[in-house]
Formats: sequence, structure tokens, C-alpha cells
Amino acid sequence: MTAQEVRLCGLLLQEHFGDVVENVGTHLIRNGVLTLRALAHETKLALDLVKKSLCVLVQHGMCTFGPGRRGPAGPVEYHINCEHILHMLRYPRYIYTAKSLYGDTGELIVEEILQRGQMTMSSTVKTVADRLTHNMPEGQSMDYNEVVSAFSRLVETHFLQRCPPMASAESSGTGSAETPPAVTQPSNPESHPDCYKLPYISLSGHGKRRRSSEDGEADQRAAKKAKTDSSECGDEGIHWQVNFERFHLHFRDQAIISAVSCKLDQTSGEIVRTMLRMSEVTTSANAAFTQALSANEIFRALPSNYNIARPILDQYLTLLVDDPMEFVGKAGDSGGGMFVVNLHRALANLARATLESVVQERFGSRSARIFRLLLRKRHLEQKQVEDFAMIPAKEAKEMLYTLLSENLVQLQEIPKTPDHAPSRTFYLYAVNQLPTARLLLQHCYKTVGNLIERRLYETKENKRLLEKSQRIEAILASLQATGAEATQLTEVEEMITAPERQQLESLRHHINKLDSGENQVDETIFLLESYINSTQASR
Amino acid sequence: MAGMSRGRGRNQFTFNVDALGFGRGDSLPTTTHTPSPLFPPMQFQPVPLHTGEEVEYMLALKQELRASSKNLPFHIRAARTKRDVSRYSDKYQTGEPKNNTIEWSPDWSRLPKELCIKVRKPQKTITGTKQQLKQRPKVAASKEDILQKLETLEKEEVHSEEEEDEGKKKKQNDDEEEEPEVEEDYDEEELEDETDYIASYFDNGEDFGGDSDDNMDEAVY
Repeated sequence: MTAQEVRLCGLLLQEHFGDVVENVGTHLIRNGVLTLRALAHETKLALDLVKKSLCVLVQHGMCTFGPGRRGPAGPVEYHINCEHILHMLRYPRYIYTAKSLYGDTGELIVEEILQRGQMTMSSTVKTVADRLTHNMPEGQSMDYNEVVSAFSRLVETHFLQRCPPMASAESSGTGSAETPPAVTQPSNPESHPDCYKLPYISLSGHGKRRRSSEDGEADQRAAKKAKTDSSECGDEGIHWQVNFERFHLHFRDQAIISAVSCKLDQTSGEIVRTMLRMSEVTTSANAAFTQALSANEIFRALPSNYNIARPILDQYLTLLVDDPMEFVGKAGDSGGGMFVVNLHRALANLARATLESVVQERFGSRSARIFRLLLRKRHLEQKQVEDFAMIPAKEAKEMLYTLLSENLVQLQEIPKTPDHAPSRTFYLYAVNQLPTARLLLQHCYKTVGNLIERRLYETKENKRLLEKSQRIEAILASLQATGAEATQLTEVEEMITAPERQQLESLRHHINKLDSGENQVDETIFLLESYINSTQASR
Repeated sequence: MAGMSRGRGRNQFTFNVDALGFGRGDSLPTTTHTPSPLFPPMQFQPVPLHTGEEVEYMLALKQELRASSKNLPFHIRAARTKRDVSRYSDKYQTGEPKNNTIEWSPDWSRLPKELCIKVRKPQKTITGTKQQLKQRPKVAASKEDILQKLETLEKEEVHSEEEEDEGKKKKQNDDEEEEPEVEEDYDEEELEDETDYIASYFDNGEDFGGDSDDNMDEAVY
């Protein structure tokens, strides 16, 4: 793990789970695998606190455990999963996607499961139904069946998956020679055959509305009811987690479709969307291109509100194939032409566009021209750079050296003579896309870390003011609930002076900007990560 | 050999000077004396952030998630270490998390056994049963020696001392659980006497006749 990733993971853990878990998590990341005793010794925390933190991390899938180096008889070793921690940055995007695909019910289901790590189907259904009932007008309540159907749809499209079972429960029947280990390595969730099978549960009823006046009693009654209700449903031990890979495939498809729509037009975007939708189930996650689809199939599968004639569809497909971005390729001529979507090449092009845009925004359009030139032409001498880019020599030199000092451009020496004399050596400039993408990804992690730290600093500076405003809001809310007069309300509101109100407003504005910046940087992180992973998969 | 001669062509460089970017007579850029500034002035202003309904919804989601995750049981706060003096406000601040409890119940079958934190029940019942369990064998042992009354009396004295020792050991082992119980005893005592008089100064004479019960040698006057 790089230093920036470790720093970002630490900040994210601290934000969501507190300082104790941050301490434990950072030590685990830095030291690789550790046993419980070693971890308690390193972090100098109480053993119970370390146990609690590990429970939290395992519950959220960020930490895995397995038999240690001494085999099943030795102490258990814990291994942290950094990508899962970095996914926490993307939770709002997952929830918003679920909302756009499956409505409010789907959104709440995904939100509950993300916040709790793993949940059983019955508890998810009950909690979501209660939350939806709470927001509905009086007298209405959410039926469990609707929530169950939304859950089933999420599972059918693979957005939710079962947590992999622990093998230790099944190995207890083996002979005495191999004693069942206290713990075993959890398998890859996809390798379990029942990964996406819904359990049969007997759950019927309505969401319960929680009245604010009888909060305490309702909580106790709800807690007691939960204990009795959980024994009725038949899905003990079957926990569900969010399938991040499926969400990432969806985001990748969205990026490709929006790129095509921007570059060509809306109809081409729709055609590519149809092609991707048709090959959702037939294409594996790491495939370089989708299955070949014939033009006839595409024509039949187009949405009915798009009245495109067959020859026009053929023209669009030809345009897409001829486009230099190479999103769509032709794989054959049968069935009116076989077409594939080149996934890896599309990702590479999107990453290249990101790199070019970064250079353009930081160093100007002329430096971007030099950068694009070097990307296309591979190795060029300084004189050739000046000629091809049509930039005067002095400025070209300055820009090249700036890019070189930022490590975006590499210098390659090719000696003509064995003594490497400078006057008889070629100096060639080049840009390698993959290492540059990795460099930018680290910059992005550092950026998000800086944004989070700045937000924490701003919050800490104005802590007194924020607490005061929270107290006043609480007082206002309680006054309104008990039906106070308008004069009392205005009196309480005036406790915050006008300059304080301005300060609060500007603080809110800053924090919104920083949060929004984090979300936007995360989109770039996703694109670069997908590109880097796609290059690794193809090797 | 051409470049090695010192006398002739002293000012020749081994590489093409023009490629450096400045001529021989030009002034070099000024040397830097300090590290580069922490926030260097930017040449180009950054592009403004995206706006739109989608962006604002995700922003609201992010802030809500952050706020609600602080209330979930997964947000672990270390229990405050005991300060040197016990304060009056400690009685009213029992909402503090204790280190040895876990506020949510995970599926223990999915976690390794060593992580299991057993939530301990209130200590009164457990110490009561422990004392009962340990008393029974001792009471049985003393019943066997009923014939020698002096020895049984001596053994009862020894048993009470041993029980006190066990009580002390239990107190050392289970510090946190017993202290609230012990503090409750103190509170009850203090609440009973709400006067300013210190209880130990007052001798209500109950112990006068009771001390001499064991030794019947001395006559009572």
C-alpha cells in the first residue's frame, strides 16, 4: 500500500468508525498480517477494544481472517482489504444508482446494507419497511411484500450477493485426523453456487410507524418484538452484502455510454446502451470485449420509442466502428455484421482523455498539445517536438521541462558511443500511459486526503459555533413540538447574531464545496482504477 | 582529443550549448534560498465543480451517511480511563461505553472464537452463586466435625477469614463490576445519614455486649 492510500484509509476509518478502529486499521495495513496478540501489543490498546474493532472490520468485509503461518493449530491471522475501505468514498454513488434503478425502496435497502456491512434478508426488509412507513403520510404503511420484491430484483441483477459461508461449520463431520479449525479462509463469494439464490422466508406484515411521543416504550417493544420475530423467519445465518463489482461494471457502462453520446450523438449512445444491456449476462467481469452481436439482434432489441429504420442503424454502426475512439468494433459479417464493444480499449481511451484534460487544466493548452503529441508519437527528440507542435523553441523547451519535473514526461537517453558523451547522445522524450495513470491516481488519493483534512480543520475551528447552532435548533424543535408562540420562536432565533449567522452560512458553503469536491475526485479515481485493473487482468 | 586540450578551445563545452536554452552572456535564474512555497500561486484557475440535481443529492447523501454513522454501534469510543478522584458527576454519567461490552450482536459463527466478547451480566448474581458454591463444600466439611465444638468454632472463624480473602481476590479480579456495587453500598450509607455528623464518631452502643460472646472466660459485671 502506498503512503497516500494508507493515509486516506486512516481518514475514512476515523470518519465512520472512530479513532480506535482507525488505530487498529492503520496498524494492520502497515504490518500486513497480524495476530490478535501482536495487534494489541502494537496498538497498546486494551484487548477488548481491539476485539471490538476487529469485529467491526470483519462485519463490514474490510478485514479477513485465516489460519496463520503455523497452520490451523496456530493463532488466527488478520489481513486487511484496503480496496474495501476505499470503496467507502463511493457509498453515495452506489446508493444513488440503486435509487435511479429501483426507486426509493431499492435505495434504502442498499443504504442499510452498506451501513451495516452484512444483514439478513428479514432484518433488512423490516428495517426498510419501518423507515418507509415513517416517511409516509399518516394511516399508510409499507407492506413487506413490496420490499421483498425490490430485494429480489436487486439479487436477480446481482447487485446484492450472499456472504460466503464459513467452511468450519461443514467440516465438523470429518474424521479425528483433521480437527476442524477454529476458523478457515472464507472463499470468494462467487465460488459459492448459491450466491444469488434467495432464501424462502415467511415474512408478512406491514412496516411499523414509530410515534415520537412514545419513543422509549416503542423502542423497548420493538426490541422485544425483534427477538420474537427473528425466530419466525427461516433465513438464519444467510447474510447479504453489496456486490461492489457489479456496481463498478454499471458505472463503467455508464461512462462509456456518456462518452459516446458526447462525442457522436444521443442515438449512438442509445445503440451502445442496447448493446451493453444485451451482453450484461453473457460477458464476464474482466472481458476485453463483449460477445459479438449481430445487427439484426441489435435492431430487434432497440427500445420501441426509438424509431430508427434499418439502413440508418447500419449507418450508425459504421460510424461507430470508424470512429478513432474505437468503442465499437466489427467482428464479422454474418447476420448483417457482427459488432462488439471494446471494453478495455474504451477504458484506455477514457483514461487517456482524463490525463490530457488534467495536463490541459494545470499547464495550459500548449503543454497539452505537446503531451498529446508525445502520447501518439511515442519517442521524439526536442527539436522534433518543437516542429510537430508548432510552438516556438524557447516556450516548447520550458513547457517540456515543466512536464518533466512533474514526472508526466520521461526522458530516454540513447548513446551513440560507448562513452555516453552528451553531444553524441540522443535524448528522447516519451509519455507512457500506464505509469502516468498510476501517478495521477496517487495524486487523486492525496487530493481526497487533503480535502478531508481541510474539512476536519474547518469543522474544528468553528466547533463552538456549530454546537451553539445545534443547541438552538434543538430548542426550536422542542418549542415547536409543544406549540409555542411566534414571539418565543423569534426570541430563540435571535440568540444567534447576524455575523454569527453569516459565519455559519459561509462554513456550510465551504463544507459543501469540499464534500462535492471529494465526490468528483472519486469519479476520476474510479476511471483510473478501472483502467489500471483492466490492464492487469489482460496480462 | 580535441576536447581534452586545456590551452586551445578552453571555452568549448562537450555538448551543444544552444540546447540549454540560454546563451553564454545571459544571466542565470536567481538561486533559491528557501524551499518552494507550500501553496504556490496557480497559473490557471481550476474548473468549477459540477452542479446539478444528481450532484446535490449525492452531497446530501454523503453528509447524512457521515452523521448517521456516528450514532451506529460500529462507532467505537474508548471508555474514559478512571481519573484519580471519584467525582460526584460519575454517578450520573453511566452512559459511558465500557471496554468489555459490545453494543451490537454479530453472528458469532462467522467470526473467530477468540474475538468473542461475552457480555457479563450484573455481578451481584454471579458473586452470590460463587459464594454459595464455595460455601457448600465448606459447610459440608464443617458438618463432618460436629463432635468437636471448639474445632468447629475455630473452623468457622477460619472460613469467614477465607471468604473475606476470596471476596478480596474477586474484587481484585473484577474491578469494574464490583466497584459500582461497592459504590452503591457507600451511596446507600451516605444517603441514610443525611446529617453533617460523621457516622464513625457516633457509637450507639450495639457492640458493647457482643464483643465478649466468644470468650466466656471473663465474668460479666
